[in-house]
Amino acid sequence: MLATQLAALVDDVPAGVPQALDLVTGFDACLVTGFGRVGDDAAAALTALAAGVAVTPLGDRAAEAAAKLAAGSVSDEQLTVLAAARSALLGAVHDALLDHADSALGRTRAPWPEEAPATPDAPRNLLEGCRSWLRELAITGWRGVDHDLVSSSAQVLEAMWGDPRLRRLAVLIDGLAAELRASAPIATMDDLPERRWADLWARAMLLCEAGGWGGGPVDTVSGRLLLLGVDVHEHATAVQLQVHALLEVRGEAAPRLVRTGPAVAKVDTIVGPAIWPLFDAHPVLLAALTDNRTVEVTDVTLLGSGDLLWADERAALGDPADPFVTARLRLTDAVAPAVPPLDRHPVRLAEPVLVEGYTVDGDALVLDGHRLALDLDRLPALGPLTPALVTGSTACLGLLRWDAGQWALQPLAVHATVKRKPVPVHVGDWASGPTDPRVAKAVKAAGDTVAVLRERAGRLLRR
Amino acid sequence: MNARLRSTARVLPLVRPRKLAKVPFVELADGRLQGVVSSGSDIERVYVSSIVAGTLTYHCSTNNNRPCGGLRGTPCKHLLSLVDEAVLQYGYERVGRYLGVDLVEVPDAVALSRALSGHEASAAATVFSRFLRHLAYLEVPESRDPLPELHWFPAGGVR
Repeated sequence: MLATQLAALVDDVPAGVPQALDLVTGFDACLVTGFGRVGDDAAAALTALAAGVAVTPLGDRAAEAAAKLAAGSVSDEQLTVLAAARSALLGAVHDALLDHADSALGRTRAPWPEEAPATPDAPRNLLEGCRSWLRELAITGWRGVDHDLVSSSAQVLEAMWGDPRLRRLAVLIDGLAAELRASAPIATMDDLPERRWADLWARAMLLCEAGGWGGGPVDTVSGRLLLLGVDVHEHATAVQLQVHALLEVRGEAAPRLVRTGPAVAKVDTIVGPAIWPLFDAHPVLLAALTDNRTVEVTDVTLLGSGDLLWADERAALGDPADPFVTARLRLTDAVAPAVPPLDRHPVRLAEPVLVEGYTVDGDALVLDGHRLALDLDRLPALGPLTPALVTGSTACLGLLRWDAGQWALQPLAVHATVKRKPVPVHVGDWASGPTDPRVAKAVKAAGDTVAVLRERAGRLLRR
Repeated sequence: MNARLRSTARVLPLVRPRKLAKVPFVELADGRLQGVVSSGSDIERVYVSSIVAGTLTYHCSTNNNRPCGGLRGTPCKHLLSLVDEAVLQYGYERVGRYLGVDLVEVPDAVALSRALSGHEASAAATVFSRFLRHLAYLEVPESRDPLPELHWFPAGGVR
């Protein structure tokens, strides 16, 4: 990313974004006190939200739902319509921000094909059970959530974990319930994460319609993957690797930007470098991350969303390839994927960029006088990147993120100075085990957490 | 930055790594600090230990509800291990706050163990089944399909 590109990115806010976010903020405040008791402010916020989508196909239904909720009648249908209206506004914010980033970076993006989305055949009873818990939350409001209300999700949650078609919902509800449990009683909590919990609630309401939605057209492809870096998502009971890479498909001139990586269930005590062994079933992926190698993939599934479904048995290690060189030489030509309509939310924005020749001032990098925040809270404990390495770096390969009105760079790798020598440091460097002797020793001393729990599980579960 | 308006605001502090062999399971849930402690002598046996928030009454028994022999008017070694490991996992402040103790009067794990009030029997079955559910996560088949919802849960923890 050049200084002029950074300037174009941060010096201008796309039209309409602050106004759309204000409508969302108004709705989110309603969830704090709940729909059991809708005051004048809340009624006005609901009307404003509905007015915000008036010209869309949701318009009439949103206006009707807002009026009914304001009058004190709460039903699943009205809550779903309003969750959809909120999601539509954030979808528009996402689109404006992504367009803005694409034009600043000069990035080409594939169009989303118009086609009827495939609806997964998920069990209705579980979706209904989950929705009724979400309805109780909405009626009660975050301030009223207590241990009993949180615990009442346990049964449906357990059943959802048992059905792979409901994995997205299970992972989401588990994450939300854990936060509510740890925060309860919320009545006395300072600074509620209003946007966050409303996001999670609204996404869950949408998922309760059908259990999920597809990632677009399904293609079978072969080619060479050039890795850029790995992003890690994690809560107490799930962890996902998301490798950003360029895929050279045979016969195509420009590489495609793709995301790939498996997700596994875990427990809260598996943290830091102890997470890597959970992905032992994917030796090619782990080796490619450890050693910065290319990967040849054969007949793998690529979705229209740019998600390549990782299949280790269809992957073979190739030559070494420096992700910084890959980014420098090929990233500008790469074609980025479209985003599935229902996944459009600013939280999903994660555009790989390479930034070089900057200085660091506090928690921001400065390039020719233009500042970009460094998201140092997103450095995962399973890798070697530290705030000191990032703030002492001269080149950063990272993901452009946006949250709470601000762009930020999430580092995936840096060129840092270690013992007065310039060295590259990547999040995935420890995929085959920590290379820092101190960390390796600490991990060894803690014992193999996964093995201990598997032994306990094996002994106690099948009684 | 304003945490109220942040989609990725961090609500839960990251759990700290600890050795799991002795106390494989600890949680703050259902108004209790509760967990499972491996028996020192029998690999097939585990103890279920719990401390109730507020009253600080405690209980310890095997998973088959046989009372722990170490409970003779004072907390047994399983309960002491439970407290120690909970403090390692969550930090003392979070444990103390959850149990509703005054963090000035009861400032650490040793003081907390002394502040436990008395024995009050409770069923081990609920805790044990929560432990089994906890272990069952490790048996869930992995997902090849992307989970876009996890973008709300960025890994962190270095800082």
